[in-house]
Amino acid sequence: MEFRQDKPIYEQIAEYVCEKVLNGEYKPEDKIPSVREFGIQLAVNPNTVMRAYEHLERNGIIYSKRGIGFLISPDSRQRATELMREEFLQTVPAFLNRMKLLGLTFADLQTVDEKP
Amino acid sequence: MIEIQNLSFRYGKHQTVFEQLNMEMKAGYIYGLLGENGVGKTTLLRLLAGLRFPTEGSIRILGQEPRQRTASLLSEIYYLPEVIDPVALSLNEYVKLYAPFYPHFDHGQLAHYVSEFGLNPAKKISQSSHGQQKKAMMSFALACNTKLLLLDEPTSGMDIPSKGIFRRLIAQAATDDKCFVISTHQVRDLENLIDPIVILEHNQVLLNNSIEEISRKLWFGIRPQKSDKDLYRENALGGYAVVGFNENGEETRVNIEMLFNAAIQNKELFKRMFIKGEDMEPKRSFADEMAQRIKGDAGLDERQQNHDNGPRE
Repeated sequence: MEFRQDKPIYEQIAEYVCEKVLNGEYKPEDKIPSVREFGIQLAVNPNTVMRAYEHLERNGIIYSKRGIGFLISPDSRQRATELMREEFLQTVPAFLNRMKLLGLTFADLQTVDEKP
Repeated sequence: MIEIQNLSFRYGKHQTVFEQLNMEMKAGYIYGLLGENGVGKTTLLRLLAGLRFPTEGSIRILGQEPRQRTASLLSEIYYLPEVIDPVALSLNEYVKLYAPFYPHFDHGQLAHYVSEFGLNPAKKISQSSHGQQKKAMMSFALACNTKLLLLDEPTSGMDIPSKGIFRRLIAQAATDDKCFVISTHQVRDLENLIDPIVILEHNQVLLNNSIEEISRKLWFGIRPQKSDKDLYRENALGGYAVVGFNENGEETRVNIEMLFNAAIQNKELFKRMFIKGEDMEPKRSFADEMAQRIKGDAGLDERQQNHDNGPRE
């Protein structure tokens, strides 16, 4: 598994789970892989996965159930949207700088097709 | 799991490898042991395995001293050296002979590792390539299920797909009751796996901290300009790739190669920050003080130059 250099691995794992919530792959009350399973899948230290899960739990996207593991929260969609928006907005200044540098306007962006 | 107290070790009378070294390692973690050539990584692993004895001080593993070489302790330690003595046995024969020494040896796991690595367990180990030998012995080492697993440069000689398999197997085998210590120069092979990071230097430990602790104290990233506070920097597209103080609490991804370079160029500072655990609060004043010390000492460019010309001791 390749990770980006720009943020900690645990945040990238949390982001990956959030994306799955937003695209509907993970639905409320779904069980997500155990820390161990996920660690093996990503070839990442289990403690890093645990940190990602703690981060998701703190933000109300997953919750832990005794003897079962981690489940997707009922309001995960809203919570994940909030978290991802916050993180996305942090990347906007760099994006705007780039636009300015390249002399692009918002009108130019509207001509770009969304990828399927 | 491991308690090292005031450990000194010398080869003969004069060649000191460790002097008053103190360190603790816990179960449930995969320690990455880093250090420049010749600082004693292999010696440390051999001391832990009971193959060398401390000159002074003590090592305790699971409450016992490895130098006593009790069967009960040795059955909980597996040490896999970097270079394997190729035995004229097949893996199957080897297992028959040596697995009985390890009470938690798991034949089912062994079969799984053998198939993951695509090994032929009936083939003589001595007639296999270096990489195949390494994978055969790695499969045996993991199947022993010892509480302590010591791996010296495990990925050296492995081909690219094997390294990926190795990483997954390590993630799988690392349970809460086990402690893995992996020495390596190939940090990229193990980048997302090793945590905590231990950096050894001559005689001493420079750092023994989790990635989380490191990213709380240090900042990794690209900056357009140099700064007096940079602990280490390299030229990069768009400026400089920098290791600096984490001044605003933002967590960045720890780049282990950069961390290592920063550590060996700021040995005293790293010891103060990480081993003596000097407080970062208030963050700003600590960082400022350190920046002052660096300025008063020698500029980073000068230190980097010194480093290029060989180690400065």
